[in-house]
Amino acid sequence: MHKATSVSNRKLFHFHGGLHLPDNKSQSTGDPVRKAPIPARLIVPLQQHIGEIAEPLVTVGERVLKGQLIARAQGYISAPVHAPTSGTVADIAEHLIPHPSGLTGLCVVIDSDCRDEWIDLPEPLTSYHNSDPAELRERIRQSGIVGLGGAAFPTSVKINPGPETWIKTLIINGAECEPYITCDDMLMREHPQRIISGIEILMHLLKPERVLVGIEDNKPEAIGAMREAAASSGLTGLEVVPIPTLYPSGGEKQLIRVLTGKEVPSGAIPAKIGIVCHNVGTAAAIADAVLEGKPLISRLVTVTGEGVKTPANFEVLIGTPARNLIELAGDYTSKISKLILGGPMMGFTLNDDAAPITKAANCLLAASGHEAPDPGPATPCIRCGQCAAVCPVNLLPQQMYWYARAKDLEKTQEYHLFDCIECGCCSHVCPAHIPLVQYYRYAKTESWAQEQEKQKAEQARKRHEVRVARLERLEAERQAKLRMKKEALAKKPAAKKSNDADGADPKKAAIEAAMKRAAEKKAKLTEQGVAPQNTENLTPAQQAKIDQAETRRKASHSATTVTDTTESQDG
Amino acid sequence: MIIAILAIATLALAFGLLLGFSSIRFHVEGDPIVDKIDALLPQTQCGQCGHPGCRPYAESIANGEDSINKCPPGGEATMIALADLLGVDPVPMDGEAAVEKPKAVAVIDEQECIGCTLCIQACPVDAILGAAKQMHTVIGNECTGCELCLPPCPVECIHMEPLKVDTSNWKWPFPNNASPELVNAGDARHA
Ligand code: SF4
Ligand code: SF4
Ligand code: SF4
Repeated sequence: MHKATSVSNRKLFHFHGGLHLPDNKSQSTGDPVRKAPIPARLIVPLQQHIGEIAEPLVTVGERVLKGQLIARAQGYISAPVHAPTSGTVADIAEHLIPHPSGLTGLCVVIDSDCRDEWIDLPEPLTSYHNSDPAELRERIRQSGIVGLGGAAFPTSVKINPGPETWIKTLIINGAECEPYITCDDMLMREHPQRIISGIEILMHLLKPERVLVGIEDNKPEAIGAMREAAASSGLTGLEVVPIPTLYPSGGEKQLIRVLTGKEVPSGAIPAKIGIVCHNVGTAAAIADAVLEGKPLISRLVTVTGEGVKTPANFEVLIGTPARNLIELAGDYTSKISKLILGGPMMGFTLNDDAAPITKAANCLLAASGHEAPDPGPATPCIRCGQCAAVCPVNLLPQQMYWYARAKDLEKTQEYHLFDCIECGCCSHVCPAHIPLVQYYRYAKTESWAQEQEKQKAEQARKRHEVRVARLERLEAERQAKLRMKKEALAKKPAAKKSNDADGADPKKAAIEAAMKRAAEKKAKLTEQGVAPQNTENLTPAQQAKIDQAETRRKASHSATTVTDTTESQDG
Repeated sequence: MIIAILAIATLALAFGLLLGFSSIRFHVEGDPIVDKIDALLPQTQCGQCGHPGCRPYAESIANGEDSINKCPPGGEATMIALADLLGVDPVPMDGEAAVEKPKAVAVIDEQECIGCTLCIQACPVDAILGAAKQMHTVIGNECTGCELCLPPCPVECIHMEPLKVDTSNWKWPFPNNASPELVNAGDARHA
């Protein structure tokens, strides 16, 4: 595992397993990248990234300009969306999106006016070396940049590792290991300067010690172009490193392993070991955003496979229907068997080519029956262990499969289900044609759903407990009130009896008593300062107390003292 | 010999004290098995198990008064989890619990609601908002889908809506094109 290869002078490392696959890349690299024309109608999904869906800011019928913000990020892990061209918002509605489920998602539909008129872009930050990294990060966030390698994780989050994390190594991923896909290759050949500018910005933000650009050695033109651009940039610590072609060396953790020999711990992100990895396309998008103020509204897409006449790469506006690209590539041939978004290993079938291109869409593979063969019916696992031998994460695919099959999700997690990168190596080699990755995907989404259900149940339990406690409290209060009423009722008749004995109506007596007190008070207030005279037969001690009180009263000139004394004597 | 006996006796005493101490120090309050069972129940609080909520059902399972197959919202998965926890054999789901219903939440037709508050009183998790003679509404996020608010409503303006599947809660299906039996290495076929 630690065997070093010397493709360049840098010591390289191996990851476990991996596959040598026919790369099928030359079909689409013959011609330079063409700009796809602006489609009449663009369908721009609001969820093109991992995280919260963006919130639309435009209304139906509104005119929008190219580059205008049409939906803002909601929350930290989210990304804004911009209008790819100028035109009118025709609709904001559910529309088919490229997703393995074949479901719809909220999209802003724009009818283009063919004028492609830009909005006033924010100032280019050409002298960013002197500016605050926070300002740069904000620019990148506002530009809607997400990882263009396929994962579509918001870049603004990745370039903000936090003050405690020091990024020692910045890795730029130009491996593009999956067969058929060539958009990164073409970008490196044609725009190495943009990528290097983006790297320079990332270096300013992250202050890494070294930057390694990993490119598989089946792309000599790209390696050459990138080396040249790197040399002329004069950046120190930047190195373009050719790596052996071996699927999936472009997986983040695999590339880190190859270039640095380090293992990212299970369940952790690379920043944990001081490494951050960005795709070459992302670096170019960062350069556009910072140096030109342009948001991410287009990307390179490979259209290839035996199912189209002229495979090629296109620069495509986000929201362009896949159908348009197929037409640009000379339309379907009779060999077409299925349309795959992504590559043959990790992509998924697109059942309808009306789905639009998103920020994450790197390749449309119009595969013939021979390029994407039906694996055929699965037969029982023969425990050959080939799946474990090729797994780049060094997992035990066979064991995970058995537990996933038995729906024992806990056990699959004990076998590190969530470290599986769904590269498809295991399914590819399985002689029993077991759709292993499908089992892992099932087990992953099922585990998430169960986890969520558990949380919801916990919340419901708490709410129920609070309700039960409240009802109990209310009941106790009701009981208490009832008891008090009963007691009051029990007292009343008793009081009535005593008054009856005196032969007077209690209400009347009370009123009379009150009137008497009021009259006395009034009399006293008119006398002011004269000792109360309504006391007779006082003991000397009582008289002394009264005298004391009198002196106090006089001293304080307080009328209330008088009242108090009177009342206490009354009672 | 005496030294050996003494040593063993001292050790016995020491461990005895340690055990005694830890049994007091780490004494578990309450009835942990009820908590564990309750934690596996879906907390829908619907009463379909014949108990006034999930916890009473948990208590009754713990006391051995009721079987583990009575909870329809939990379905087979909950039954299996309970069997696992209690170390008993799984049993087929009981009666109406056998049919699995899709998850749903209650929705009040706000035009028709007369503001009688009867549904509020029925909701076990306080997921309905409203006041007397005011329109009521269900907090969708908190609704457990227990359906307890449906019968009390005098104008029948509450109905259940199945939860919508979108890309955020969509699940990869269980592979259906493959159902080979697990085999022992001995009877493996050559591919
Ligand atoms: S490769 Fe297929 S048959 Fe061989 S052990 Fe793995 S799952 Fe079983
Ligand atoms: S799909 Fe997962 S289990 Fe299979 S080889 Fe790739 S990482 Fe390993
Ligand atoms: S049937 Fe299930 S969800 Fe409903 S109260 Fe009983 S245990 Fe709770």
